[in-house]
Amino acid sequence: MTATDTRPQAPSTSAPAPRPEKRVRVLSFSQRLSRWDLKVSPYLYISPFFILFAIVGAFPIVYTAVISFQEWDLVRNSGEFIGFDQYIWILSNPQFWTALRNTFSIFLLSTVPQLILAIFIAAMLDRNIRAKTFWRMGVLLPYVMAPVAVALIFSNMFGDNHGLVNNVLTDLGLPAIPWHKDPFWSHVAIATMVNFRWVGYNALILLAAMQAVPRDYYEAATVDGAGAFRQFWSITLPSLRATLIFVIITSTIGGLQIFDEPRMYDNVGKGGSAQQWLTITLFLYNIGWREWNFGRAAALAWILFLIILVIGLINLMVTRRLVADEGGRGVAAPRRRGLGKKGSGR
Amino acid sequence: MNARAFRRSAAAVAAFSASAVVLAGCAGGGDSSGGDSDGQITLTIATFNDFGYTDELLQEYMEANPNVKIVHNRAAESGDARSNYFAKLGKGGLADIEAVEIDWFAEAMQYSDLLAEAPDSVKGRWLDWKEAAATDADGRLVGFGTDIGPQGICYRADLFEAAGLPSDREAVAELFDGDWNNFLDVADQYKAATGKPMIDAANSVLQGIVNQMEYSYTEPDGAVIATENPDVEAMYNLVVERAIPNSAYSGQWSDDWFASMANGEFATMLCPGWMLGVISGNAPDVTGWDIADVFPGGGGNWGGSYLTVPADGDNVEAALALADWLTAPEQQMKAFVNAGTFPSQIEALESDELAASVNEFFNDAPVGEILSTRAEAVTVAPYKDADYFKYHDALQNAVNRVFDGVEDQKTSWNTWVAEVSAF
Repeated sequence: MTATDTRPQAPSTSAPAPRPEKRVRVLSFSQRLSRWDLKVSPYLYISPFFILFAIVGAFPIVYTAVISFQEWDLVRNSGEFIGFDQYIWILSNPQFWTALRNTFSIFLLSTVPQLILAIFIAAMLDRNIRAKTFWRMGVLLPYVMAPVAVALIFSNMFGDNHGLVNNVLTDLGLPAIPWHKDPFWSHVAIATMVNFRWVGYNALILLAAMQAVPRDYYEAATVDGAGAFRQFWSITLPSLRATLIFVIITSTIGGLQIFDEPRMYDNVGKGGSAQQWLTITLFLYNIGWREWNFGRAAALAWILFLIILVIGLINLMVTRRLVADEGGRGVAAPRRRGLGKKGSGR
Repeated sequence: MNARAFRRSAAAVAAFSASAVVLAGCAGGGDSSGGDSDGQITLTIATFNDFGYTDELLQEYMEANPNVKIVHNRAAESGDARSNYFAKLGKGGLADIEAVEIDWFAEAMQYSDLLAEAPDSVKGRWLDWKEAAATDADGRLVGFGTDIGPQGICYRADLFEAAGLPSDREAVAELFDGDWNNFLDVADQYKAATGKPMIDAANSVLQGIVNQMEYSYTEPDGAVIATENPDVEAMYNLVVERAIPNSAYSGQWSDDWFASMANGEFATMLCPGWMLGVISGNAPDVTGWDIADVFPGGGGNWGGSYLTVPADGDNVEAALALADWLTAPEQQMKAFVNAGTFPSQIEALESDELAASVNEFFNDAPVGEILSTRAEAVTVAPYKDADYFKYHDALQNAVNRVFDGVEDQKTSWNTWVAEVSAF
């Protein structure tokens, strides 16, 4: 606090003083230096991030755009300008549209059950149970596992003939599920891997939000005769809205970039014979690192970038609307409406 | 399953140790380029799977050449080696000697100007077609052939007996002597007797047939004949109509396929020399494997590798000398004994040691003799350009689709035609 208070003081004391001509010359080098320091140093302090971003973020993005207009030879590092041909090739390739369908299908199959499960687990953990920390650490355990390890284990379980799941199903007299043949079932299997990894993480975030809900609401509701379910539906869920939006946005970004799980789903890693589980990032990898066609891969990378941008904008709009017409309760509400209403910012 | 998991973890370990080795190699290289008084140099050699280059073999060279230190790093799979190769070729950072598998050798030959030329003294060492494939349009030989993959037929004698088929080596060779239709007739017979598929994977039949075609998908003048070639369509139809009903799986190398091999569920496999190690390694508890000196439709070669020397390395001359030594007939024979990599050198093929070698796991079969006859039976050197694997891979997928019941025979073919037209 003191630092920010004194800082604006510096120019205002020295600036009006040297008005007369003579005094300007008196302004010593060190004074001038400290004036520059004042103006320039904030930019200097934040510059490492931007310099780093320019090198590892902005430059590759721009360079990718340059390559995407060329027929690129990776080994010789040279290319030939061919305009929008690579983009046209991608957009007119049926595999691209299948990959887009798969990506969204896996995204929906993983996000929706994942959120429902995470809310359920969080609600359970929010109750008075014994050994709270143990359970909370327990749900986070899958998140610590490397995604490739998860994918390896699950791929083994989802084997068509010798997998654990199908063995159990056939032992029970049920038909085996064509995990690697039917697009829907392959998406279910991949979504299961994603869910296994992320449910606990999301549950903990939601749990934190739940614990911030003032307990008075529940007491008042109990006095009014509301049951546990009604309390959950009318108090807990509305209070979670802001957190849910955060969770949805992060899982959207993650879902559009899903790669490890489909890559490890079979031994070939190319998304299946009929592109059953080919996702956009996997398609990008196949073009770039198996066919060495960096021109096309770069074009696809830009298309993916634009798709994420569009979905990000839609997310933003939806978020704004939801937050704007949010009811008076919940964590975000008191802070947003000022502390006058209820001083429970904790 | 275990073997698969092991290989994957081995890949991680190998990648980790490889990076350590590369770092060490860099340090060593720095020393030598700094002008060492006694001319010490460090050579790095990068291979994959098992080339049979044991520490003892390399030690032999180091003793004969005291100024050379060899660092050997092995990738688990040729696919890993391929990614590394093309990411660094022409930019520096590759090992002094890099192994290249025949699958992606044509891709590497596009950049033959970035590879060092083999000395004239080694020319004529290999089988003609092996050497011709490593010679570029300017007549430069840039690859030192290591092994080849002449194929016989591996079969389970016990299962054949149970199916009422002949089971000793000579009788089975007679049984399969003929074209692919004959091979599939036997498969029909086996299925009628046991109700089970005889062949491990439908795509191995596709692989077997395509390796007997001189021109499959493209021609040397750059013309793409894939979709119009009647041979390709006939091959596809044969595999779909007759091999699929007789195959346990569609493709090889899946977790299910390995598990099935370990459980002994199928009775035959098309067997290049290096496949013998795959079978004995993954199905150690299955008894009854044997190998017959026969192959449908004449001989066939599947796989084999080359050593290449990137031209921008620090010690190109010394690396060429080492590659020369490693691929000399005497050393290749040692590698064959170590890892079953069947020699591609004429002299090694004629050696008594090769003729005398037997494989215990395969019922003491004289594998050296059998594979030598199989190598002689190879008459066609398939033309494979840099795009070959794109086409073949897509056709394998077409077979997979029919096998999985995702698409019917005609639809899947049309999908393939549409796909390859878009390349």
